Amino acid sequence: MSRTLTRHVVGRAADLPPGGRKLVKAGGREIGVFNVHGAYYALANICPHGGGSLCEGFITGLSVAPRPGQYDLIRAGEFLRCPLHGWEFEIATGQSYCDPKNTRLRTFHAAVEHGADLVKGPYVAESFEVRVEEDYIVLEA
Amino acid sequence: MNAPLPSVTGAQKIGIVDCDIHPVQRSAADLYPYMSQRWREHSEMFGPHIRQGLTGMQVYPRMMAAGQRADAYPAGGGPPGSDLDMMRAQHLDAVGVEWGMLVALSKGGMEERNPDYATVLSHAVNEWQRHDWVAKEPRLLAGVVVPQEDADFCVQEIQLRAQDKAFKQVIISPRSAEPLGRRRYWPIYAAAQECGLPIGLHPAAFSGGAPSTSAGWPTYYMQEHYGFCTGMQGNIVSMIFEGVFERFPRLKIALIESGFTWMPAMAWRMDAAFERMRKEVPHLKRRPSDTIREHFWFATQPLEEPENPAHLPEIIDWIGWDRLLFSTDYPHWDYDDPRHCIRFRMTEAQRAMLFRDNARTLYGLP
Repeated sequence: MSRTLTRHVVGRAADLPPGGRKLVKAGGREIGVFNVHGAYYALANICPHGGGSLCEGFITGLSVAPRPGQYDLIRAGEFLRCPLHGWEFEIATGQSYCDPKNTRLRTFHAAVEHGADLVKGPYVAESFEVRVEEDYIVLEA
Repeated sequence: MNAPLPSVTGAQKIGIVDCDIHPVQRSAADLYPYMSQRWREHSEMFGPHIRQGLTGMQVYPRMMAAGQRADAYPAGGGPPGSDLDMMRAQHLDAVGVEWGMLVALSKGGMEERNPDYATVLSHAVNEWQRHDWVAKEPRLLAGVVVPQEDADFCVQEIQLRAQDKAFKQVIISPRSAEPLGRRRYWPIYAAAQECGLPIGLHPAAFSGGAPSTSAGWPTYYMQEHYGFCTGMQGNIVSMIFEGVFERFPRLKIALIESGFTWMPAMAWRMDAAFERMRKEVPHLKRRPSDTIREHFWFATQPLEEPENPAHLPEIIDWIGWDRLLFSTDYPHWDYDDPRHCIRFRMTEAQRAMLFRDNARTLYGLP
């Protein structure tokens, strides 16, 4: 893959609190940006299993059972369940939970950068109101 | 690191016949125009369908939003499958459906214990399919839903619909009170054969009395879901050995949402028993596998996903490429998207048969 990545400002960090998500179009594709416990991640909005709109799915955790009859939900908010067939993916890595060997999502790098930095760089920020004192989310896609 | 969809190279471009689409009423009131005042009141007072007091839930809580695609809820309210515009946008237009075969589950009377109410629901659901779906969307075609425990009524309703081009098959429940080969159901087969309509069997949510697995009542929905296969097997074995196809040599059966990969092994086993013990069933003139080959068709969804996708076409070779009917199960949670679900290579001829032509032949579609 030799395609160059473009940096896209997708919104203000304050508008995407922990647990939040935002669906954006960047680089010709739909991408979901997530805030998981304060860290930002972005995933392609197409499920590698069956093509569903993955990023519109339910945000959940891992259901675990060390033995039959003993159940727990751990890492709440860190997984995403596809609205089509219910496959679950770790938001941070795009790693599928059901079939970790064979199904991995395309992940994109998302990070928070200061508004002051934004105006200096070659990113696509025209459609956003850039305010220096605010933090913006930048997506590379 | 980044894995693209493994099936994108196989994206299909031909128009498809989807043999399993579920239309749903927004509420029971959608059927009221097709029911008498007496039965509307009954529905209001006692409930519109199978009743489980105080629960509002099916016997087995289903995967994701009561068994539906979580992204299929219409913005304007109502359950998935109740909004024709959404069905067009999300499914018919999006994946290129040329013909869509409606399978109206739930309130069609197949599972209703009150026998009189069952006939009213059956008639109403068939009217509702004609007026609220087929008349509005010419790509959709209906199945005559009938309550299989009342064969006399079934015959009447099948004959009523036989000349109506909106109806292309007869739908009964494979979770019937007795195995479907029993003679109480034969008048239905006689009427279907006479009218040239195939019988469509689609697993239903409620039982006519038998547990959903031959081992007994399951614990989890996953077990119930797997039971679609084994429940259908029991009915096929019953229909074959009880002589349904000897008596009705032009009867055609479409097995919908029950799998097909198990069929070769089951046919071998039945053939072996037949060759050794045919004296018990002297009415059978042919090997069971020959009967299956001639009388049965298999809808694909939910398509098995073996680790090596190439195993599927090997199995289809055993069954026959002319026997498969493509289906999606829209809007249910285990929907198969025709653009993504086929992960093995096919010839163009096989692709045309699987996605379109077999169903055209079976249902007599233009």
